[in-house]
Amino acid sequence: MSKYILEMKNITKRFPGVKALDNVNLKVEKGEIHSLVGENGAGKSTLMKVLSGVYPTGSYDGSIHFEGKEAHFKDIKQSENMGIVIIHQELALSPFLSIAENIFLGNEIHSRNIIKWQETIQQSKELLDRVGLQESPETAVMDIGVGKQQLVEIAKALSKNVKLLILDEPTAALNENDSENLLRLLLELKKQGITSILISHKLNEVSSISDAITIIRDGQTIETIDTKKEKASEDRIIKGMVGRELTSRFPDRVPNIGETVFEVKNWNVYHPQHSDRKMIDNINIHIRRGEIVGIAGLMGAGRTELAMSIFGKSFGKKIEGTLLKDGKEIEANTVSDAIRYGIAYVSEDRKTYGLNLIDDVKRNITLSNLKRVSNNTVIDENKEIQEALYLREKLNIKTPTLEQLAGNLSGGNQQKIVLGKWIFTEPDILILDEPTRGIDVGAKFEIYSQINELAANGLGVLVISSELPEVLGLSDRIYVMNAGKITGELTRDEANQESVMRYMTGFGGANGANTN
Amino acid sequence: MQTLINLFRNNIREYGMIIALVLITALFWVLTGGITFNSLNLTNLILQNGYILVLAVGMVLVIITGNIDLSVGSVVAFVGAIAGVLMINNNVPVWLAIILSLVVGAIIGIWQGFWIAYVGIPSFIVTLAGMLIFRGLTLYLLDGKSLAPFPDSFGMFSSGFLPNIGSGDFHILSMVLSVILSIFLIYLEINKRKRQLNYNFQVVPMWIMVTKLVLLLYVINWFTYKLALNKGIPIVLLIVLALIFIYTFIMKNTVSGRHIYATGGNKKAADLSGIKTKRVEFWVFVNNGIIAALAGLMFASRLNSATPSAGNMLELDAIAAVFIGGASMSGGVGTVIGAIVGGLVMGVMNNGMSLIGIGIDWQQAIKGMVLLLAVGFDVFNKKRAGK
Repeated sequence: MSKYILEMKNITKRFPGVKALDNVNLKVEKGEIHSLVGENGAGKSTLMKVLSGVYPTGSYDGSIHFEGKEAHFKDIKQSENMGIVIIHQELALSPFLSIAENIFLGNEIHSRNIIKWQETIQQSKELLDRVGLQESPETAVMDIGVGKQQLVEIAKALSKNVKLLILDEPTAALNENDSENLLRLLLELKKQGITSILISHKLNEVSSISDAITIIRDGQTIETIDTKKEKASEDRIIKGMVGRELTSRFPDRVPNIGETVFEVKNWNVYHPQHSDRKMIDNINIHIRRGEIVGIAGLMGAGRTELAMSIFGKSFGKKIEGTLLKDGKEIEANTVSDAIRYGIAYVSEDRKTYGLNLIDDVKRNITLSNLKRVSNNTVIDENKEIQEALYLREKLNIKTPTLEQLAGNLSGGNQQKIVLGKWIFTEPDILILDEPTRGIDVGAKFEIYSQINELAANGLGVLVISSELPEVLGLSDRIYVMNAGKITGELTRDEANQESVMRYMTGFGGANGANTN
Repeated sequence: MQTLINLFRNNIREYGMIIALVLITALFWVLTGGITFNSLNLTNLILQNGYILVLAVGMVLVIITGNIDLSVGSVVAFVGAIAGVLMINNNVPVWLAIILSLVVGAIIGIWQGFWIAYVGIPSFIVTLAGMLIFRGLTLYLLDGKSLAPFPDSFGMFSSGFLPNIGSGDFHILSMVLSVILSIFLIYLEINKRKRQLNYNFQVVPMWIMVTKLVLLLYVINWFTYKLALNKGIPIVLLIVLALIFIYTFIMKNTVSGRHIYATGGNKKAADLSGIKTKRVEFWVFVNNGIIAALAGLMFASRLNSATPSAGNMLELDAIAAVFIGGASMSGGVGTVIGAIVGGLVMGVMNNGMSLIGIGIDWQQAIKGMVLLLAVGFDVFNKKRAGK
């Protein structure tokens, strides 16, 4: 029997137009904690979906060997039966049910469809002991904190006789204390013979706990570091993660930077439901005309929350601070106020927040500024078509007609419609949240060109992106965020992948911005 | 030919419904031996279904925003009761009573719109409550009994006709109006084409436009001619036509209409596009309250009494008409014309089945099947388009 519990060989997974995984290899030894690191979008989650059967056998190339035997999972149920359990970043617990009910959800202890409560509670208690959670199994899951919910998830996994536990960003939503507990638990489980795969952006955790680290970049395995042979410092990992040359993926541009057009001062935002949770912590930023400013940060750093709270207070509660447009203070309490002051926000989630998918291209483009194509609230349809035709041509939106429903177009073209929609509002400040998420390289280049052109026309552009090369390739200046704070500000010359990554992970640079 | 096929494919919903209406009408024409199309029956068809068509116009707006209004049947009864109490018990002048009744409809809309849009209670719940509340209030107002009769002039609402000019049996004024409408429609179509050409847009081929116009004008004038042979154009038809014109214009050509579609299509995206979606929902319910009040007046006038059971289940007829007319349960899709065609499908079936002597039991069941098949056809089409 081989020493590997899991071997994934030459896994290649294609989506229409994109190769998400390209000959990826992953070997996990029995009883080890194996970390999987890489930038957002590098292919970690896709790989885990292949492993757990979300993408069924046959939809990818390559082979999976689990405990020495070749495995062909058709769905999650099959992989779970073999002892592979994946715990996602967004927990899959039912909030109104009790801990015990959640642990045995879909796997209830019953005889003839009647639940055996005694045994359910009894076994839940044992499982909770194993994960070190001191709560009554009858407590509702919504009454315990995120950290404890995470433990319930692990207890649930244990109840399924897990052999390989996969944790996707388990500590992203946890505070320091809970994170430490969780990591200690992983070491404990390791002693009990359970193998874990840990996906994490927190490199300090990865570096301290892992037996092996596999680095993925652009859908390819870069290397696997065996920490018994080689010490894996964070620098070492970062180098592996980003070691890529910036080629000409970005159009050339000579910035022409003018006056400050927009300023955010002492900006504080609290969570809309948990009003004691500070999401944005005293942020000060400014954008000048003709300037492209990047905001880098990991998921959960608060970038989208910052953007949306600026954009007509569409996120958060108890918002404090001031906004200045061209040096004058403005009150933008609603989205329509913000639009009137020339602020535009292209959402990171075009399908949910950007488009009306069941309406046509033309109407999506004009929606935010119908005033421009109407007289006394009566829409001039011909003028509307004319404007939409112009933007379709300018942005190269590939659609058979303007009457095509937005939902029928590809992601890249949908993104261009959203961009067009906001260009149509004639903004002075354009906030782009993940402007190229999930679209192909060609469309990306076109969008970058548009961004450059807009900046050249004197707009202030703020680009939020999880793709470091994108932030670096586009921006004249970069703010880095971590945990709701700006942890660093870098000029184009100062910024490189390593320096930005340091601020992103909260480790700061020479000026020691570690404010945790 | 290819353009024709494309035109049809892009509008399969609307054309499909119109074709269904034509087929159903033809079917009953054959089954009843032509009675469907005689002058008296066509007049009756309008008088019988006027208030359902009115309700459908209000309901389609509500459904396009992704909501539902179950209370309109009770509102019809309640407003009828108010009108009865005002006119019959208190001798309030008819015109004033009509205005007050419409104001009551608006207040009901404000009440329901407030809970739905600003408090955030699902419209199904709020209007289900409204259905009970207003039925109860009707019973209270009428003390469980019917109030009758209304003053004669109130009868205009349901059984009035346009006055005639001349002294012959043939209703000349109706025909004149029909011709004026025809000329107006031709003008609109030519004007639209001219403006499209000014912008250098592609226009539909001339022959398609002409065929469409000829068909439309033929139907309108033939229909009016039939009515003119009887008593002319009923007031009910004028009310319905006015609503169709006004609301089609609002939904197609105004910013408000666009905001209604956007709110129903994707509320979150609409919010982030600067549309005040709460305000949109609120006003749509206020509007529907007023329209339900109008239907209530028409209904009371037709019965010539205010009765506690008035308008029972009427909301379901209106909702069925809207869905048969191609609207989507999840919002964002639907047209005023579609809702009217849906209402006519139901109306023609009611009328035809009664004429050939099908009992109320089978009428209900058959209407249910038609609703299911019409929406099923839509779902099938959408799935096929998605592939």
